[in-house]
Amino acid sequence: MSATDIRNATIAVLVENEAGVLARVIGLFSGRGYNIDSLTVAPVDAEKRLSRITVVTSGTEMVIDQIKAQLDRLVPVHKVSDLTLEGPHLTRELALIKVVGRGEHRVEALRLADAFRARVVDATVQSFVFEMTGNAEKIDAFCALMRPLGLAEVSRTGAVAIARGERVV
Amino acid sequence: MSATTAPSPATTELRPGAEVVLRALKEQGVEVIFGYPGGAVLPIYDALFQQNAIRHILVRHEQAAVHAAEGYARSTGKVGCVLVTSGPGATNAVTGLVDALMDSIPIVCLTGQVPTHLIGNDAFQEADTTGITRPATKHNYLVKRSEDLAAVVHDAFYVARSGRPGPVVIDLPKDILIKPAPYTEAPAASTPHRSYRPVTQPDMEQIKRAVALLKASKKPIIYAGGGVINAGPEASALLGEFVRMTGFPCTNTLMGLGAFPASDPLFVGMLGMHGTYEANLCMFHSDVMFNIGARFDDRVTGRLDAFAPNSKKIHADIDPSSINKNVKVDVPIVGDAAAVLRAMIAAWKDDSTAPQKEAVAAWWREIDAWRSIRCLAYKQEGKIIKPQHAVKRLFEITNETGRDTYISTEVGQHQMWAAQYIGFEKPNRWLTSGGLGTMGYGLPAAMGAQIAHPDALCIDVAGEASILMNIQEMSTLAQYRLPVKVFILNNEYMGMVRQWQELLHGGRYSESYSEALPDFVKLAEAFHARGMRAETADQLDDVIHAMLAHDGPVIADICVAKDENCFPMIPSGAPHNEMILGPNQEQNARAVTDEGKVLV
Ligand SMILES: Cc1ncc(C[n+]2csc(CCOP(=O)(O)OP(=O)(O)O)c2C)c(N)n1
Ligand SMILES: [Mg+2]
Repeated sequence: MSATDIRNATIAVLVENEAGVLARVIGLFSGRGYNIDSLTVAPVDAEKRLSRITVVTSGTEMVIDQIKAQLDRLVPVHKVSDLTLEGPHLTRELALIKVVGRGEHRVEALRLADAFRARVVDATVQSFVFEMTGNAEKIDAFCALMRPLGLAEVSRTGAVAIARGERVV
Repeated sequence: MSATTAPSPATTELRPGAEVVLRALKEQGVEVIFGYPGGAVLPIYDALFQQNAIRHILVRHEQAAVHAAEGYARSTGKVGCVLVTSGPGATNAVTGLVDALMDSIPIVCLTGQVPTHLIGNDAFQEADTTGITRPATKHNYLVKRSEDLAAVVHDAFYVARSGRPGPVVIDLPKDILIKPAPYTEAPAASTPHRSYRPVTQPDMEQIKRAVALLKASKKPIIYAGGGVINAGPEASALLGEFVRMTGFPCTNTLMGLGAFPASDPLFVGMLGMHGTYEANLCMFHSDVMFNIGARFDDRVTGRLDAFAPNSKKIHADIDPSSINKNVKVDVPIVGDAAAVLRAMIAAWKDDSTAPQKEAVAAWWREIDAWRSIRCLAYKQEGKIIKPQHAVKRLFEITNETGRDTYISTEVGQHQMWAAQYIGFEKPNRWLTSGGLGTMGYGLPAAMGAQIAHPDALCIDVAGEASILMNIQEMSTLAQYRLPVKVFILNNEYMGMVRQWQELLHGGRYSESYSEALPDFVKLAEAFHARGMRAETADQLDDVIHAMLAHDGPVIADICVAKDENCFPMIPSGAPHNEMILGPNQEQNARAVTDEGKVLV
């Protein structure tokens, strides 16, 4: 990779589950002008009081190294792990997608949802809410197909990721 | 809050929160606190009133409290401590906090806050202090539970002084200061912190690679910064040992002055925008550079793509995020400067390869030729005092007194002249705002140093514009009888601004004239200090002597040439080898490019 090549990075950050920690991470990205493509956070270990942040970002190798070093020096950060660099990993996102329509459009939407393994979690005579998990591309593709069929609203979690195999952060 | 789970013995006795805070400060070794009272911190002031262990210095503005604590911290190596009230007290402190963040100075700043049940209600003197100071500090805390109070204070001191030091804020709601709280002792030094454990011991493989590069080097340069000073006096001693055992040239950054003795023949002076010709050319032409505790700041590197183009770079820093930030390096070393230097010295001895003695001797001949240009030479002719001459005489005359001397500065040309003409032999004697470049830093910083070193000579080399930014601290000097000397190089201009306008903006001196200046002699007298003035060159020495002889605060108004520029200078966006040496060269200097003009 040359010095100017841009790559994506999915970074897992284990942090203290305390007030302000998300603001620190977001402030770091905005203050230093780094990209955030997606950012998710949730507590993962109640006993040790840890939360896990998954950030999807992009930049040159030097910038991504900077991002990791800057994250790592935040006081409440326990561990920073570059899943993209460290090997095969899974990325998933959950989306709730509302489609409003009647007649042919409804039938077509249902058929496509089935093909994409989206579940119907709410239905009225005029609407569906589909639930779908997958990577961002799959959700993007599904939403694109729903647009002409009455796509009304989308809510997405952003990516969560984990390494394949026995490796842990 | 990360310290709460650290199991430390809680005493069953409950005391008001304010007392618990003071007890924790005492346990952390705090002797002095710089502060300013207000409603939200009255419980702490009440507790201060009832004890003698901690001395409170009442400043006249909260920004000055932080700068004073910085001066105290930098001149002692201890953590500086600040106490301010909520709202405006906290916001006034912000400039000082950012200053300390940029220059890696350990500070713990206690801020008052409205009681917990009012937070978020726009209560009187409420400000979102943790929100405002989040990017202004290394870390901050809002204490919401009495049982966390003592542990947070201990944690704050650990964070402020560990790794790359920095400022830490503890926001203290008033109810927490009043409610009874348990005391917990600081965790033992051996107890690892839950999440913040900076690496201090270097990787030996990298040390060996660094030594191998340096042994093979024909044109080496050692480039040492403020990290060496922050690592304690031992690190400076080790730097001296390493430089002398290698016989390599050594340069210091603005923050690193004093890390290596200025009088040593191996010292080539400060580097960077206003550094010496020889230091910058050493950097440019070097084949191996050993950076210890400096951060390849833009004031030092000049144009990045032309920075030391042919050198292999070794970078040792306690902060991994400083490495490969601006400049890609060949050998990264994460560690404390003292530990790194100790390892380098041992590895240098262990490595049986002979260094490039002859090549390095030839390198020194090249360096000596650059030195012979005498880039800092100036001519003091006629009656008008040259600012360079004023600083040089200040240095020479203070030297003759043999007194331990601490020099602080404001920001501008006078700061650069002080850096160029005052030689520092020891660390911790030079207090200047490097990263943030904060006008108004010098007077409170000198005050903090004087508190820590009552018998030393503490001088603020000032500009007539900067000094007005925290002039109110003259009142603090009077109250505590602090004999700080304010040495104003009065050129009646914001000289550094005027210089840039001359060089980059066609001589249009927009708003840079110091109009309507006060009479500094009378001003000194109004503040119960001694005022003196030198208007002509023949008065200069007498004024300096009188200033040093007076056992109390002094303002010396030194009327200097109004149009003098600070040279050498690497214009913004230019590489090191395109340095402007003096006024005659301004014309032939390559016109500053538009790219250069956008830089500050
Ligand atoms: C708080 C602050 N405001 C503005 C500046 C920009 N600035 C840098 S140097 C300077 C002029 C300083 O003038 P003076 O104190 O007289 O010093 P001189 O350069 O004349 O020696 C200014 C305005 C700054 N560094 N800090
Ligand atoms: Mg001036």
